[in-house]
Amino acid sequence: MTTIEITPAIVAEHGLTPKEYDRILEVLGREPTITELGVFSVMWSEHCSYKHTRRHLATLPTKGPAVLHGPGENAGAVDIGEGWACVFKIESHNHPSAVEPYEGAATGVGGILRDIFAMGARPVALLDPLRFGPPGEGRNSHFIQGVVKGIADYGNCIGVPVLGGELSIDPCYTDNCLVNVMAVGVAKHEELMTANARGTGNPLVYYGNATGRDGTHGATFASKELSEESEEDRGCVQVGDPFMGKKILEATLELIRSGKIIALQDMGAAGLTCSSTEMASKGGLGLHMDLDKVPQRAANLSAYELLLSESQERMLAVVSPENLEVVEGILAKWDLGAHVVGHTTDTDRFVVEHRGAVVADIPLQTICNELVWPDEVEAVASPPETRDWRDCGTGDFDWAEVLKTALASPHFASKRWIHEQYDHQVQTNTVVRPGVGAGVIRVRGWKGLLAMTTDGNGLWCMLDPYEGTKCVTAEAARNLVACGARPVAVTNNLNFGSPRKPAGAWQLQESVRGLGDACRALGTPVTGGNVSLYNESPRMAVFPTPVIGMIGVIDDPAHLTAAAFRSEGDAVFLIGPAATHAGGSKILRDRTGVIPGPALRIDMDVEKNVQETVLELIREGLLTAAADVAEGGLLVTLAEMALNSRGGLGATVNPPSGVDAGAWLLSEEPSRFVVTCRAGNVAGLMLRCEGRGARFAQIGTVASGHLEMQGLARISLSEMRASWETAL
Amino acid sequence: MGSGGVVSARWAVVVFPGSNCDQDFVHAVRDVLEREVVEVWHKDAVPEDVDCIAIPGGFSYGDYLRAGSLAAMSPVMRSVKEHAAKGTLIIGVCNGFQVLCEAGLLPGALMKNASLRFRCMDVYLRTARNGSPFTDGFLKEGDVIRIPMAHGYGNYYVPADQAEAAGRQTLFAYSDADGGVEVGTNPNGSVMNIAGVTNERGNVLGMMPHPERAVEYLVGGTDGLNILKAMDANAVKTGAGA
Repeated sequence: MTTIEITPAIVAEHGLTPKEYDRILEVLGREPTITELGVFSVMWSEHCSYKHTRRHLATLPTKGPAVLHGPGENAGAVDIGEGWACVFKIESHNHPSAVEPYEGAATGVGGILRDIFAMGARPVALLDPLRFGPPGEGRNSHFIQGVVKGIADYGNCIGVPVLGGELSIDPCYTDNCLVNVMAVGVAKHEELMTANARGTGNPLVYYGNATGRDGTHGATFASKELSEESEEDRGCVQVGDPFMGKKILEATLELIRSGKIIALQDMGAAGLTCSSTEMASKGGLGLHMDLDKVPQRAANLSAYELLLSESQERMLAVVSPENLEVVEGILAKWDLGAHVVGHTTDTDRFVVEHRGAVVADIPLQTICNELVWPDEVEAVASPPETRDWRDCGTGDFDWAEVLKTALASPHFASKRWIHEQYDHQVQTNTVVRPGVGAGVIRVRGWKGLLAMTTDGNGLWCMLDPYEGTKCVTAEAARNLVACGARPVAVTNNLNFGSPRKPAGAWQLQESVRGLGDACRALGTPVTGGNVSLYNESPRMAVFPTPVIGMIGVIDDPAHLTAAAFRSEGDAVFLIGPAATHAGGSKILRDRTGVIPGPALRIDMDVEKNVQETVLELIREGLLTAAADVAEGGLLVTLAEMALNSRGGLGATVNPPSGVDAGAWLLSEEPSRFVVTCRAGNVAGLMLRCEGRGARFAQIGTVASGHLEMQGLARISLSEMRASWETAL
Repeated sequence: MGSGGVVSARWAVVVFPGSNCDQDFVHAVRDVLEREVVEVWHKDAVPEDVDCIAIPGGFSYGDYLRAGSLAAMSPVMRSVKEHAAKGTLIIGVCNGFQVLCEAGLLPGALMKNASLRFRCMDVYLRTARNGSPFTDGFLKEGDVIRIPMAHGYGNYYVPADQAEAAGRQTLFAYSDADGGVEVGTNPNGSVMNIAGVTNERGNVLGMMPHPERAVEYLVGGTDGLNILKAMDANAVKTGAGA
């Protein structure tokens, strides 16, 4: 084997700073081999080490009575009652999808599902929040179609329904689409598994796909800005095999249920290196690995490639020697080999042999836990250039045209074209199908219903990353409350530009601070998440886009409430503060191309009170429908409640006097719900709102066949439907 | 759970690697229909004493080569063919339909949807005839049921010289809510809107939509339960599996 000389250029290519390289020399007391350099490079990448975000993430609330496993495991786990646990996590595949949308998205699905079943939970749902530039411009349509098909083909084949997500369109995502995927699983408490290795001399069992060259260095790749040369990084994108994914899913659950496994992790980012060292590190152990035992699907793979490959559908388990035979038997049933590629040691060293030579010998805790903190970049408050919403022409709007144009835009249009490509009913637990607020499933053997949502809003967070992130988090909770669920816990995907720039550093810091404050106020701990930085090109950076995944519990299935008008004559109420402005309006953004100000502000006490009020109204059986007011304001909320209704229901509503119609219809200010109730329950609703000090206003009545905003516009349901359903 | 001396049907659900609707079928039979059900791994044989066999949906063997083609050659299918020959009621749903066509137990083949896209939605099916053990006593000619479908390869095709026979053997056709069968109600391009078809003898049914997904009000309605109940009742009546 020829020895590769480590030059400053090679160090830089590995994304390591001179300071980091000096630390490597110090730790090893010699120059690293190229293999060792690769190991440090991936383990100290942002993707694996969170070196730019760890100090921010450390401020998030991660504890609560329901939390069973917080950040640090493959996925978070919370107690949902009666001995059941919900395991959930969100992850991004932004960079791979920007290079190869189909495989990038498909492997994103496969990876997050492995995180869920590695915890011992059966995956029961997927949600896919997606963000792209406008379709029809450049290659955006190519990205949208490829990503949707990638998610569909993987999810459909492995048999996990897609229950929700978003398709959000803004020019800021043209060069860097955001492809996030959240997965949700369920397990009994005693079935949960962790990634803490124990005991020395225990074999490391590798099973699943053989290792190839695909995805070598994906973690480092995901921690760089995309450039013109990114096309050349195509080798970094992995290829998914959902059939193998399904086999290792079933085999893994069977292994865990057998009780013969000590620890388990999937080989995700940084492959064999990260999965093995993380498990050993958690158990305070060392590792001895023999790469010649790794099943290989390409000839002449180097130690470097074997350690860093991100070939998909591979798992690594720590097993005690006496249980090896049982483990081999279970894997054989699924036509999977059990490959012992190494064992745990008591040395605190990560020792790797290949073709009879030691190719790496590194202190294990150093690569896992001893980061060289990057030089702090001074965070500089960098609010964007905005235009006040009053200067966006709302005074002259033809509101019927405004609504029809919005409904016909890909952002607000019916997503049926997408949802139909996903098998959203496999497993036969789907109670609320995608496209109508939060996704809801039943869990066989458990009395409640599980609700789930993802929400993001780059525009709000661009205006003010702190307030915007709080508003997004609150919106996710409102989505759950609207269907009758109490919010339980949060996972988050932080999609940002470069943290090495003052503006990016500020956005990241402020956004995480907002997330923490919102979660503390809502009582929803953060159980995990993912960070995707460097979502920028030489031309543009994405808006700061934290995506919040939240799960909730509907304690009694009778409380399930739809975001759709139910009966003609029902009273329509707006619960929550009065609208004051239309800053952050998506409709104004789309019509003008500017960033409409001012930024949204949220009072978390008001938010919490409004949520609790609506939940109480639902639990007392007073409501016939509930929806939260968010993107598109009251205008789009009312339209969606009509479009989602059965039997063609709309509403007649009366704008309050003395309030600007633009603010009333477009405001995306937080803490507001539209609810309906039977005429006989109007007094009961008002009494309860008064009792809790929640502001309310009766704004109209459910009507048949049209949406009328008196004095402003009247649109037939068929006109709305024509715009809404034909756009995508 | 037969009582009063009535013998209840025994069910088997075949499981291939890559099947993903097998547990849905087991749930429908065991928990909703309240019948005994055995899961049969693809390397094993279906026990001789079962009355009803379900070949579930999913992506058996990853649908590599062609949807259902590898599963059709797996060891378990020898016993399925023996059961077919002696009159056991066999239902193949979605991927199971594809497997039965590939195994030669049903006429025709399933091609990629005319839209070229996977489609998941509820569809209306018109019951095409009377006198089938998959419907008798629960659905009659002209009855319409609403059940979910979810597939990328559901475009049913038979060559022209078999079309007339396939037409006679059709049990369900894609329709509108009132039972109208026309081009506009065809979700995937299937010839003659065929959603479900039996073999000539009538004891093997293949259908793309999923009756096992429509057996409870909470999750998709109960229209599909008619088919499972009919199988359950008629299998024992004819004593096919005995």
